[in-house]
Amino acid sequence: MKAASFDYVRAESKREVLQLLHEHGEDARVLAGGQSLMATLNMRLTQPKVVIDINRVEELNRIRNDSGHLAVGAAVRQVQLTDRAELIREVPLLAKALPWIGHFQTRNRGTVCGSVAHADPSAEIPLCLVTLGGSVVLESLKGKRREVPAADFFQGLLTTDRQPKELISEVRFPLAEDGTDYHFQEIAMRHGDFALVALALCLRADGAHLGVGGVADRPVARTLPLGDELPDALNTLAWSLGAQDDVHASAAYRRQLVRELGQRLIEEPSHARTR
Amino acid sequence: MHAPAERRSEIELELNGETRHGSAEPRTQLCDFLRHDLGATGVHVGCEHGVCGACTVLVDGVASRSCLMLAVQADGRRVDTVESLARDDVMNDLQQAFSRHHALQCGFCTSGILMSCVEYLERVPEPDEAGVRDMLSGHLCRCTGYTGIVRAVLEVAGQRRAGESQQQALENRNDV
Ligand SMILES: Cc1cc2nc3c(=O)[nH]c(=O)nc-3n(C[C@@H](O)[C@H](O)[C@H](O)COP(=O)(O)OP(=O)(O)OC[C@H]3O[C@@H](n4cnc5c(N)ncnc54)[C@H](O)[C@@H]3O)c2cc1C
Ligand code: FES
Ligand code: FES
Repeated sequence: MKAASFDYVRAESKREVLQLLHEHGEDARVLAGGQSLMATLNMRLTQPKVVIDINRVEELNRIRNDSGHLAVGAAVRQVQLTDRAELIREVPLLAKALPWIGHFQTRNRGTVCGSVAHADPSAEIPLCLVTLGGSVVLESLKGKRREVPAADFFQGLLTTDRQPKELISEVRFPLAEDGTDYHFQEIAMRHGDFALVALALCLRADGAHLGVGGVADRPVARTLPLGDELPDALNTLAWSLGAQDDVHASAAYRRQLVRELGQRLIEEPSHARTR
Repeated sequence: MHAPAERRSEIELELNGETRHGSAEPRTQLCDFLRHDLGATGVHVGCEHGVCGACTVLVDGVASRSCLMLAVQADGRRVDTVESLARDDVMNDLQQAFSRHHALQCGFCTSGILMSCVEYLERVPEPDEAGVRDMLSGHLCRCTGYTGIVRAVLEVAGQRRAGESQQQALENRNDV
């Protein structure tokens, strides 16, 4: 199908983006990598009046490592992070999760912030952000710049705390901590598809912090005990997510994946499949 | 740049090494612009929502789905399509290997796959089978079962490396 008509603005600066969002609010859509937005435009699921292209805004194309986190700007593409050799030391969980996002052809254009804005419950980047306790920075022309913890930002299926006039200017991933190992794992119907269940793990000597994507309507992270208490804790976690039956998998299968994959990832993380 | 709805804006881009001009409404997808306005009908359009990979082209050397880009976004960019591969009616090494290994039947998916391979082999000159299959996961082929495609890509990677080492050997000899 073909998109309905819209005005197109290729923004030159962040200020221009904020100005346009201020003027048009809900009638405007930010165009980042287009790997989700373009499909919804082509299918006419969204029919904005104005599309604001941020792809050439240089000041949004920045990656900064400072004060304990890696800040990734709105125009930074997923491939820029997979190409970043230091990432495996800076944010190892993200480095392990990125190859699971779609395909190299979609990572070539898709942005990190776009994935956070889109808030698909199966998406890998929101899952990492929530599991690590990262945050989302929102800016608007008139309002105050806000930094929202990831756990509060994601509010449900494709629903976030972002207000219509706000731009996600960057997202912040906490840097790796000593004494913690990071692992990622997921199961999908086809190679590169959205996950049925995705797991992000921060493993310490005294416990496991496990994030689950693809089951609840948003990513959820919990701290679990190790050893004999783990199976029960995983079972409680699996039941707490409100899994639903859909065409891809039954709720029972998703709960089983959380228990089984979770147990294996925590107890034998080195056996995890990589992509 | 501000392009109003339902009006055609001027677009200038470098298509397969030539400067080309055209105009398109903001909502026009890059794939349609390349086919209908610039005549690059080697760009195939399957799903129009990013799933099949048939429309893959290189934008500034990067494999991208042209159904997920607007034509206006390609203004000032370099775009390469499957038409860029053959020289003087002779197919390039990848195309010849696809033919040898029966890596296509109907050919609908092929032009997109070839363009992904162009970037992939530049990035990963020594791929293994798992890597090639991972790259191909971004494309749907309903005919071949992918086996021939994997063989063709691995063969070309090997040939290119051999060619390079031959080249290197010649250069080393000249140094002596
Ligand atoms: C075949 C295919 C497979 C995929 N598989 C996966 C997968 O396995 N996992 C996964 O997570 N994703 C997957 N995706 C989607 C992923 O590629 C997208 O990159 C991501 O969801 C959106 O990022 P984007 O930069 O393309 O954003 P866009 O598509 O440009 O935008 C998405 C939405 O976010 C809004 N937006 C974007 N940036 C901002 C901002 N800075 N501020 C405010 N609003 C903003 C847009 O207005 C739009 O509503 C897949 C896509 C395709 C085509
Ligand atoms: S037509 Fe573009 S991905 Fe299918
Ligand atoms: S050759 Fe027919 S779809 Fe691939």
